[in-house]
Amino acid sequence: MNVATPAISLVNVSKLYRRYGGRQFATLKSALLSGDLVKKLRPDETFQALNDVSFDVPRGQTLGVIGRNGSGKSTALKLVAGITKPTSGTVKVQGRVSALIELGAGFHPEISGRENVFINGVMLGMSKREIQARFDAIVEFAELQEFIDAPVKTYSSGMYMRLGFAVAIHVDPDVLLVDEVLAVGDEGFTHKCLDKFSEFKRRNKTILFVTHSLGMVERFCDEAVWLDSGHKRAQGDPTRVVGAYITDVERQEEQFLAATDERSRADAGSAPGPSSAGPADASDVAADMSRATEGRWGSGEVVITDVAVLSDQGQATHIFHTGEPLTLRLRVEAKRKVSDFVFGVGIYNAEGLCVYGTNTDIEEHESDSFSGEAEVRFEIEALDLVEGTYKLDVAVHKRDGAPYDYHRLLYTFRVKSRLKDVGIYRPRHRWGFTGGITLRSRA
Amino acid sequence: MWHNLARLAGYRGLIQSLVARELKARYRGSVLGFFWSFVNPLLLLSIYSFVFAKILPPNATADNMPYEVFMFCGLLPWTWFQASMLEGAGSLISGGNLIKKVLFPAEILPIVTVLANLVHFALGLLILAGFMVWRQHFPDWNELAWFPVIVLVQLVFTLALVLLLSALTVHFRDIRDLLANLMTFWFFATPIIYSYKMDNVAGYIGYFNWNPMFHIAVSYQEVLFFHGPFGHLRWLLAIGGVSVVLFVAAYWVFDRLRDSFAEAV
Repeated sequence: MNVATPAISLVNVSKLYRRYGGRQFATLKSALLSGDLVKKLRPDETFQALNDVSFDVPRGQTLGVIGRNGSGKSTALKLVAGITKPTSGTVKVQGRVSALIELGAGFHPEISGRENVFINGVMLGMSKREIQARFDAIVEFAELQEFIDAPVKTYSSGMYMRLGFAVAIHVDPDVLLVDEVLAVGDEGFTHKCLDKFSEFKRRNKTILFVTHSLGMVERFCDEAVWLDSGHKRAQGDPTRVVGAYITDVERQEEQFLAATDERSRADAGSAPGPSSAGPADASDVAADMSRATEGRWGSGEVVITDVAVLSDQGQATHIFHTGEPLTLRLRVEAKRKVSDFVFGVGIYNAEGLCVYGTNTDIEEHESDSFSGEAEVRFEIEALDLVEGTYKLDVAVHKRDGAPYDYHRLLYTFRVKSRLKDVGIYRPRHRWGFTGGITLRSRA
Repeated sequence: MWHNLARLAGYRGLIQSLVARELKARYRGSVLGFFWSFVNPLLLLSIYSFVFAKILPPNATADNMPYEVFMFCGLLPWTWFQASMLEGAGSLISGGNLIKKVLFPAEILPIVTVLANLVHFALGLLILAGFMVWRQHFPDWNELAWFPVIVLVQLVFTLALVLLLSALTVHFRDIRDLLANLMTFWFFATPIIYSYKMDNVAGYIGYFNWNPMFHIAVSYQEVLFFHGPFGHLRWLLAIGGVSVVLFVAAYWVFDRLRDSFAEAV
């Protein structure tokens, strides 16, 4: 085999899925009556899962394929596995392929694990003798020594998956296709799988790796391909491609959050007037405030005309990283001159827990007078929150709590973090060690 | 297409394993095991025996020939045929997981169904032999050489139909229901519970000749049950030829529809 020939080669590959919309209930009779059966098999609609995608994987390299759900990752894998054929373009694969796509797809629940190993092995292209030789290794890898003679239907989903994985990985392929299979299995098994992948890499096998775990791509892959709705968006150094992908995901999230906020604000209605719904009685407000879901109410003498969540560059955004500054900018307008007013802000997490709440009255700013248009800025120096989605309350009300304009949970921002620490608040901190402790940074 | 057919030979080992799996899985956990496959035909057999040998005038077979043995000769191959058709038509759908997730020639699924039922048929022959010993009615031993030929013809004929039906059933699910009714009709249109030697049958022979299963059933009966020369041999060979052509045509259709399976099942 020529070393220069790539192990996997996709050239201008497109895959069109046919969607048989209305034909689902069509009958044989109608197909026969309408004449040509084959003609009737033409699709009503098509879906372009892959659009003119080309990439090569040289022998011995590991390629990670990333992309959002429905971006065509799995289709690409199925094409390489030969399970489906491309609509146009060519897919070439050199050597024996084993696909960790649907583990244990061929298992029959009624027969024993032992028999299933043999049948599954034959299905994946091993000979009986090869399976015989590797049988013990397979069972050991799956950690199923005690249960191998029990019918597979009695297995837990984890056992089932482990056995499927063990068989597939012992096919000893030249090209290994992995589709998001490491999400299952306990920590120990996942490590064993990763060790196996490393071993494959050492033995100069080619791996095509589809996953949502970007960390794995950065750690394991020599190269990454980013697919986006069937198109190849980027290919190259994993860190760079993953970075570009994350940026794009955040941009999309941003749009999504903006749209969600837009919708909830539209539902809440425009500036409130005296007739607007909601708890008008001041004494009710305190009680209702904690219970009320999103919405907007108030007397309307003072209105909040615009709310913006700004990044440190002064740009409206919905995505922040832990520790970044955040500025909340309110544009307000007093319809008549008022002297009793309080500006308030509340931050809630996704569970509705109040993370922080304050207002100008609590912080001992005495209101004096306000008329016409003005701007209020609430600046957070460092957003020390853990990853999650947060919602904002903003309000202007009287000192006794009677609202002029109360915006309840109408604004959303998301905090992202590389670290998956838990809780709500991340105090600024560092670790210190003395004596015989040594640690290495994984980052 | 020819390439795919040739490739199929390379999957012998897999077909073998899957047939074994099919048989093991079916009887795992049941006490009577493979015997269950014959409860239904045996039940039919006892009812028809009672009706035709005791209630209706005994004209089904020639005098003092055991009706049970006669009927079993036809019923066994019919059971093979019918079970293959009914299971085989849906085999691609029930095996959809394999077609979608594993690189796997789809035609193996219907073929395995037919072969697994062939094994049942072979096991059923033991019961037939038991009946023959019990009723002391034995076939002409020199004619028995034709028996494998009949099995082969039926195998090719069944494979052809099952391949075609399984491929079409993926797209037209109602074939399965249609088929269940058709098989009942077909059963009575085939001389199994009655003999083709009856005068009433001869009157309709022009229609019967169009039924391939008529010729296959008659061949079994001539070889296994009736004494005298195997007069139906020419018909059998003709059906064999038709079956081969049918098989090639069915495989062609199957091959054409192959790529749609992974998406449509």
